[in-house]
Amino acid sequence: MKHFILASIVAGAMALPAAAADYTIMAPAGPGGGWDQTARSLQAAMQQEGISKNVQVLNVPGAGGTIGLAQFASQQKGNANALIVGGYVMVGAILTNKAPVTLKDVTPIARLTGEDEAIVVPAASPLKSIDDLIAALKKDPGSVTWGGGSAGGVDHIAAGLIAKAAGVDPTKVNYIAFAGGGEALAAILGSYVTVGISGYGEFESQIKSGTLRLLATSGEKRVPGADAPTLKEAGLDIAVQNWRMVAAGPGLTAEQKAAITADVKKLATSKTWQETLKTKGWQDTYLDGDAFSQQLAKDISATETVLKEIGLVK
Amino acid sequence: MSTFEFLLQGLMTAAQPMNLLYALIGVTLGTAVGVLPGIGPALTVALLLPVTYRLDPAGSLIMFAGIYYGGMYGGSTTSILLNTPGESASIVTALEGNKMARAGRGGPALATAAIGSFVAGLIATIGLAFIAPLVVKLALVFGPREYFALMVLAFVTVSSAFGDSTLRGLTSLFIGLAFSLVGIDQLTGQTRLAFGVPDLLDGIEVTTMAVAMFAIGETLFIAAQGDKGPDKVEAVKGSVWMNAADWARSWKPWLRGTFIGFPIGAMPAGGAEIGTFLSYATEKKLSKHPEEFGHGAIEGVAGPEAANNASAAGTLVPLLTLGLPTTATAAIMLAGFQQYGLQPGPLLFATNPQLVWGLIASLLIANFMLLVLNLPLVGLWVRLLTIPKPWLYAGILLFATLGTIGANPSVFELGMLLTFGLLGYLMRVFGYPIAPVVVGLILGPLAEQQLRRALAISQGDFTVLFTSPIAAGLLTVAFLALAVPLILRARGRGEVLSQMAADED
Repeated sequence: MKHFILASIVAGAMALPAAAADYTIMAPAGPGGGWDQTARSLQAAMQQEGISKNVQVLNVPGAGGTIGLAQFASQQKGNANALIVGGYVMVGAILTNKAPVTLKDVTPIARLTGEDEAIVVPAASPLKSIDDLIAALKKDPGSVTWGGGSAGGVDHIAAGLIAKAAGVDPTKVNYIAFAGGGEALAAILGSYVTVGISGYGEFESQIKSGTLRLLATSGEKRVPGADAPTLKEAGLDIAVQNWRMVAAGPGLTAEQKAAITADVKKLATSKTWQETLKTKGWQDTYLDGDAFSQQLAKDISATETVLKEIGLVK
Repeated sequence: MSTFEFLLQGLMTAAQPMNLLYALIGVTLGTAVGVLPGIGPALTVALLLPVTYRLDPAGSLIMFAGIYYGGMYGGSTTSILLNTPGESASIVTALEGNKMARAGRGGPALATAAIGSFVAGLIATIGLAFIAPLVVKLALVFGPREYFALMVLAFVTVSSAFGDSTLRGLTSLFIGLAFSLVGIDQLTGQTRLAFGVPDLLDGIEVTTMAVAMFAIGETLFIAAQGDKGPDKVEAVKGSVWMNAADWARSWKPWLRGTFIGFPIGAMPAGGAEIGTFLSYATEKKLSKHPEEFGHGAIEGVAGPEAANNASAAGTLVPLLTLGLPTTATAAIMLAGFQQYGLQPGPLLFATNPQLVWGLIASLLIANFMLLVLNLPLVGLWVRLLTIPKPWLYAGILLFATLGTIGANPSVFELGMLLTFGLLGYLMRVFGYPIAPVVVGLILGPLAEQQLRRALAISQGDFTVLFTSPIAAGLLTVAFLALAVPLILRARGRGEVLSQMAADED
């Protein structure tokens, strides 16, 4: 019995977030997802490179990251040792959830990674190319079902943008939301949806084994090793990437912000981080300072426009 | 090389002393986190990922697999002894298991759970090795409409299996369904019933609800009765071990639970809970002692426990063959694979056979280790019940609260725990069954989303729900399960049936 009580106390101690840390990184999502992986990769690389001796990762899941963001903004005011991971999905979630706390309430530091979206069909599909898909979409938009991640997320936004660029009413897009690209994969492989759209990494293995056919990728450049055009090459004037970033708490002085930015930049250019990017299949899209702020503002207004056009935001 | 030779080779990899050590560390940690509510296997593996970065891929994946299996074992212990399910897959175990524990049969309950988990883990792991590609093809046959039909079947069997009054059972179920609507609608991204509270955006956490309903509600109920409480807790009555009758009544549920749990675990949208619900309902229907259900029937522990372990092995089928994680733990194991530049999927069996077969073989070894580790502890665990009642329930309260804060450090979550605890207490006082609320909360969103997906794909045509043979078959079974008892009752045989349906708590 003594052991049992001891075990409960130890468990209690384990369950509470540890206080002493050089950096605490919040992953505003459950363990396992993209943000969690980004936060834990940051943790490993920061320790390995000696940028910070002791880094803690804290998971606060929920609602596309808006719950973690709200908690972070209210608790880490003026704290120069707290970071939060976020990304494009958070931009959409803030708009669709009408979240009271937005990215304006934290201090965005830098964009770290990006991943192109892949548009795929099962191997047996009659759609052979992106042109076939656009033709089918123009003929009867409702009959083309898109399977991808959560509603209002980057997958959904990309589907809406493709329809719009092809001259099809974006509100007619028949998007079927799944819990993530993984669950959508099962529906795509089973031919329950016409076309799948999600991060390239979600489909990479299936594309290489030939069970899925890659029609196009959504970035400015082709994905290395992938045999498909970009959307721009296919005549659709759009480029979308699911990017991830890191932000710090609100109310920081200019010096504090500069110090954090210097740490993050050191990390992003380190050998460990570059290796992490390679094994995870993430593209290096590092951007900081004013350039990042401007790009972020542009992304937010563009996302708002698309979400209004799809009808998710009024 | 044949599958068998690959497996032998895998066993050689897994039997290397270092790998055996990793497996032992994994199962021990897994059992510990399974026992503690709030810290699940998913979080543990996530915490260990950076630590294992320097290990070789085989070693760390073997350790992760040990944690995963160990967590499934450990979860049953608190369910049975403290009525505090640490994870959603062991909710059903609490129903009969805790009743057994309070009647001095905690030993056999723990034993049948451990041995059932072992049997199921063994069969399912062998199944994983030999028929994974086949199972995955079957699982892909399930689209939205087939899943919806499966959910309908689960609703019908579950609502008739819990509680002595169908009306009360259904009332509880609909309370759960109503709670399941809270939060962001997954298909449109719009919020429902959140009343502007950000903490409600993601809906109500199943484990919070389960722990509140079972543990807090129960504690309040006992405390309100003072010393007059009728149910006296007896730690040990008779042998701590399973007797001949226990074995005779356990082995069939173990096997049935395995065959229900494995395929459902392998389905991309299956989940371990559904297997345990279906197994419980099946055992109650088939039992020669249906009157014992609700008062500690060993079949009701043996079946669901086998089912949840079999589905844990089933989860690895889509993970290894499609690169498709269907649980949080599997998602992190996927991240673990990627850490070494390995992409699980159709190519993994071809490009890294040693690793895959080493992993499968180490699951077999972890399974043996767990049995050896857990059976001797049974005697120790049941002594927990000899603690005086006020201490025991104070401990349960502490445990439940710690677990909830551990999983989600938020004041609102704690408030929800207490509110639902109060609801659980009131439902107990007025004689409404608790379990259907939790079942509704789990199955509600699944059923709703699959139905809406099916209709979105067909652009609003309802007939698609019946035009697939699998969906039509499942719906027919569900209809029969609903109609046959009604017909029997109309013929004046209702007495037998109402006797069969016993109150579950």
